Amino acid sequence: MTAYLITGASIVGEGVADLLIDNGEIVAIGNDLDRPEDVEIVDGNGKIALPGLVDLHTHLREPGREDAETVLTGTRAAAMGGFTAVFAMANTDPVADTAGVVEQVWRLGREAGYADVYPIGAVTVGRQGTQLAELGAMADSAARVRVFSDDGDCVWDAALMRRALEYVKAFGGVIAQHAQEPRLTQGAQMNEGALSGVLGLTGWPSVAEESIIARDILLNAHVGSKLHICHLSTKGSVEIVRAAKKRGLEVTAEVTPHHLLLTEDLLTSYNPVFKVNPPLRTKADVEAVREGLADGTIDIVATDHAPHPVEDKDCEWSAAAFGMTGLETALSVVQHAMIDTKLMTWADLADRMSYRPAAIGQIGEHGRPLEVGAPANVTLVDPGVERTVVPGESASLSRNTPFDGMKLPGQVVATFLRGTPTVLDGKLTR
Amino acid sequence: MRHLLSAGDLSRDEANLILDTAEEMRSLADRPIKKLPALRGRTVVNLFFEDSTRTRISFEAAAKRLSADVINFSAKGSSVSKGESLKDTALTLQAMGADGVVCRHGSSGAPHLLATSGWMTGSVVNAGDGTHEHPTQALLDAFTMRRHLGSLDGRRITIVGDVLHSRVARSNVLLLATLGAEVTVVAPPTLLPVDMSGWPCATSYDLDATLPKSDAVMMLRVQRERMGEAFFPSAREYTRRYGLDVHRMAQLPDEAIVLHPGPMNRGMEISAEVADSTRSVIVEQVTNGVAIRMAVLYLLLSGSNETSEESQA
Repeated sequence: MTAYLITGASIVGEGVADLLIDNGEIVAIGNDLDRPEDVEIVDGNGKIALPGLVDLHTHLREPGREDAETVLTGTRAAAMGGFTAVFAMANTDPVADTAGVVEQVWRLGREAGYADVYPIGAVTVGRQGTQLAELGAMADSAARVRVFSDDGDCVWDAALMRRALEYVKAFGGVIAQHAQEPRLTQGAQMNEGALSGVLGLTGWPSVAEESIIARDILLNAHVGSKLHICHLSTKGSVEIVRAAKKRGLEVTAEVTPHHLLLTEDLLTSYNPVFKVNPPLRTKADVEAVREGLADGTIDIVATDHAPHPVEDKDCEWSAAAFGMTGLETALSVVQHAMIDTKLMTWADLADRMSYRPAAIGQIGEHGRPLEVGAPANVTLVDPGVERTVVPGESASLSRNTPFDGMKLPGQVVATFLRGTPTVLDGKLTR
Repeated sequence: MRHLLSAGDLSRDEANLILDTAEEMRSLADRPIKKLPALRGRTVVNLFFEDSTRTRISFEAAAKRLSADVINFSAKGSSVSKGESLKDTALTLQAMGADGVVCRHGSSGAPHLLATSGWMTGSVVNAGDGTHEHPTQALLDAFTMRRHLGSLDGRRITIVGDVLHSRVARSNVLLLATLGAEVTVVAPPTLLPVDMSGWPCATSYDLDATLPKSDAVMMLRVQRERMGEAFFPSAREYTRRYGLDVHRMAQLPDEAIVLHPGPMNRGMEISAEVADSTRSVIVEQVTNGVAIRMAVLYLLLSGSNETSEESQA
């Protein structure tokens, strides 16, 4: 195995040092390190070394929609975005609701080799919201599933949600809820507010998210399990989670990069690339989720990378699919929204995009601080680069990025997965 | 003006130009030969993804009276569940050389997409999109009101009914405000958008309080299906609180008129006596619809050859 020496990088945005990677581990950090023979040098000057990023919310689409994304293409996009581990959402076809499907996805990730793939299991059979899936079988499978979600649909039945939360206590699982009260969001197309009334698009009111979050926090407090809130998007949701944490109630929450940056005003174009669930919200919501992420109310950033083939977006609004890609732009968007605005430091970013998502997903190999002896999952980013997002350059099979044409700061220069570079010089290594 | 997508895109001058042009077109209706050569050689496609016989024949009559070639393309019933067909349809129309496309679609924003996607270069007229807008309906309503009330500046106009789902209401509020009218929309709270702060109009839940201060009242069609979604308890209760019957109509000032975009639910939002009364201008609205659509097509398309040559140069 080739050894790599990253020279002169700022370690997690702090002191500058060299970082020596050999045999899959970080073997030394410091200045004037002894260089092994044949070591390959990676110039880290002016760049920042981060722990490999971990995405708790990725749609890899395989099995079933290999026209939108595969485990291979999705993890290539992940590597380009600086991720070394991704959690694959369960809304595949067939649904990841059995040990067989989660093991298949897990194995495809191993074979691809660009990022470790941790399957998320469905909470209910077929994500139909009526009967618990065999959560224990998925937990005991080779995929070792710990995160369960019906993402795309809410586990809206309170009794079923309670039982799911209770049941996963047996193996320390966590239920990741897509908080969307279905009756309040029938036919919903965009954030409900002044603009939805003008555009004539059916509203998706904040309260449909907030009421489920409040309910689930209370349910979880009652049964003492682990609850995670997917893609929290409203100011009211931030306030509910903040109040719950203040009271000592257990809950973790995520926000997507797009909800940290984009607002509903983009919808005046009726361009379906901006159609996403939960929808883009208002400026006040964006400010609130940024504040929540900065103060730790929101634990992590997760991409909700949702690739779709061209024909599912190149159409009128109501016919278009919900979702946007995000793996390759996440780090840049968070730098832009949180670091360049001085709301967070790079150390905070490492916490929100690596340590904590790995902790919530309970994977020990990832999300470790950059220190000697840790697995060499390392991302090197050049924060000084400004780049224009070009959908056609994406490693993902899909092109539905809402950041098309935007100038964003930061570029992933190198990504190491257990000591093997998946990205070098800003390009995939193979 | 290249397209007509939203009544809100029209300046006061542009709106008045359309109304004045329609006045000239209207006079044509009284002549023995109702045809002008203005759009000879131009192709107008009526692209209707939703059934709407009255709007389609109104546009068809308008285009034919201007001597345009008219193609009716009804996509209803064909497989349009997957949207891609909007693009393919647009590409087809482009290949056939459509100069103007009159688009009715169930999805809000579909005409906007046709106009901005680059799929086709013809002018797009929004003939009603989802629950968004129906600008030619608003123009014909304003035209009808202007013929009865004179200038709409300072006139008090009341729009009653399912504003939440009504493209007619959206376009009317925007256009009437541009023309200087004072607009009040009246509906049960469930049938108003939750936040109307950006709308240039007043809102009220009380029809009886609003009618005495109205120079024109426009009743919107209310679909009985809305009951099932709990927007109101029953058709009877709706009629009792928001329907226009002769007793309510008596509260209107003497010169006030009653409009309805059609099709009416007689006995629901409007009683038969009101619909057939002397205050009702509902049939006239239909006549005026042809004149307005002639004016819109004329203003959009009569100069289109020059513009396309310019853009090629």
